[in-house]
Amino acid sequence: MGLELQIARVSKNYNGNRILRDCSFAFGGGRTYVLQGPNGSGKSTLFRILALLERGDRGTVNYLDQSVVLEDNLALRRRLTLVLPRTGIFNTTVFKNVAYGLKVRGVDRATIEARVNDALLAVGLGHKKWHRALELSSGETKRLGIARGMVISPEVFLLDEPTVNIDPANTAMIEAIILKMKQERQATILMITHDPAQAQRLGDELIFMQDGKIVPA
Amino acid sequence: MHSIIEGFAAAFRLIVSLNPELGRIILLSLQVSGTALVLATALGLPVGAFLALRRVPLKGVVISLLNTGMGLPPVAAGLFLYLFLSRSGPLGFIGLLYTPAAMVIAQFILAFPIVASLSHAAIARVDPVIRQAALTLGATPFQESLTVVKEARYAIMAGVMAGLGRVMAEVGAIIIVGGNIAGYTRVMTTTIALETDKGNFELAIALGIILLTISFSITVALRFFQRRGQAGSKGSLWA
Repeated sequence: MGLELQIARVSKNYNGNRILRDCSFAFGGGRTYVLQGPNGSGKSTLFRILALLERGDRGTVNYLDQSVVLEDNLALRRRLTLVLPRTGIFNTTVFKNVAYGLKVRGVDRATIEARVNDALLAVGLGHKKWHRALELSSGETKRLGIARGMVISPEVFLLDEPTVNIDPANTAMIEAIILKMKQERQATILMITHDPAQAQRLGDELIFMQDGKIVPA
Repeated sequence: MHSIIEGFAAAFRLIVSLNPELGRIILLSLQVSGTALVLATALGLPVGAFLALRRVPLKGVVISLLNTGMGLPPVAAGLFLYLFLSRSGPLGFIGLLYTPAAMVIAQFILAFPIVASLSHAAIARVDPVIRQAALTLGATPFQESLTVVKEARYAIMAGVMAGLGRVMAEVGAIIIVGGNIAGYTRVMTTTIALETDKGNFELAIALGIILLTISFSITVALRFFQRRGQAGSKGSLWA
C-alpha cells in the first residue's frame, strides 16, 4: 500500500508571483488522485514540491507510513518518483534509461536485468530495449518515462501530464498501465491531466486547482 | 616548382621507409601532447563541471579568465614559463628547462583553459530536466552530477579534441622551454620550423604531411563528437 501524504498551507512564490496559495490536502495511501486545472494554476509546481524537488516558501509537506511522519531525506525520496512532462530521457539506450533508478540504488545486475525486462514488457517497449532512447516517438518516450518510474516500485507515483501530446493509441496504453497499477494498489498515484473524461476513468478522487489554490470539486 | 615536387617525393620516401629520426620525432610529439592533454583533461573537466554544477563565488570572473586563457598566445605562455623555470627563476632549482617535462607543462597551460571552458559550456547546456529526472529517480547529488556530465560527454570530447588540436599545432611555447634539442626535445612543429630555416625541406614536408593528417583526424573526430551530441543523431561522420 502506498504512502499517505499530507500538505498544509503550502505556498510558493516565483519572482514575486504567487504560484501556490495555502494549499492543504490529505492524500490517502494506495488511492489515485487526479489533479485538474487551467495552465498556470500551480499544478506542476505543487507536484515538484510533492516530489521533494523543491520546497515551498511556507507550509508543510509530510509523508506518512502507517501514521508515522517520515523524515525528508534520500531514503524518503527513493520511495517516490515523478514522471516529468518533458520526461528527461537520458542520451543512452532504452534499457539503460529504465535501469537508471535501480543502478543508483546499487541493485545487482541480474535483478536489474529481470526488473527492467518486466517493466519494458509492461509498457510495450520490450522490442526496443537496445534502441537509442532519443530516437523513440513521443508516445514511446512517455511510456519509457513510466517504465523508468515503475521499475523502482515507488510507493508514491506522481505523473505530470503523462498523455499530453500523444496519439489515442499511446494514450490508451498509458491509461491501461495506470489502471493496472491502480488495481494493484502498490502505490499512491497522483496525476495531472487536462482531459476530464480521462480524470473520471482513472481517478478515485478528483482535485481542482485554480490561481494557486486547491478548490472544492 | 621543381624543388617543391622533389621535396614531396623525398618526404614520401622518408615516410614510406619509416625513417627512425622521423619516427622518434613523431613519438615524442605524441607523448608530449598526449600527456599534456591527459593532465589538462584530468584537471579541466572537474573544474568545468564544478563551475557548471555548483554555486561558486566569483564564477563569472573564473569563467572569463578561462575564456581569456583559450586565446593565450603560445609565445607569451612560453616566455612566462621560461622565466619561472630558468635558473634564476623561482622554479629554476627543479631543473626542468629544456626537458620534455617543461614542454608538457607549456602545452598543459595552453590546453587546460580550452578543456575547462568548453567542458563548463557543455555541462551548463545540459537540459535542467535531466537533473530533475535523475533526482526523482533516486540519484544522490553526486550521482546526479555524474549523470549530467555523462549527458554532456560528446560535447566534452569535442572540447578535449579542440585542446589536442591546439597543442599538436603549437610551436611558440615549446621551442622556448624545450629548446628544440635533437633527439631529446625536438618535436614535429619545432623540427618543421628549424628544417625550413635551414632550407632542408624533405623532413619538414614529411612532418608537415603527418601533422596535416593528424589535424584532419582531429577535425573528423571533432565533427563525430559534435554530431553524436545532437539529440537523435546517429553520429555519422559525413552527414
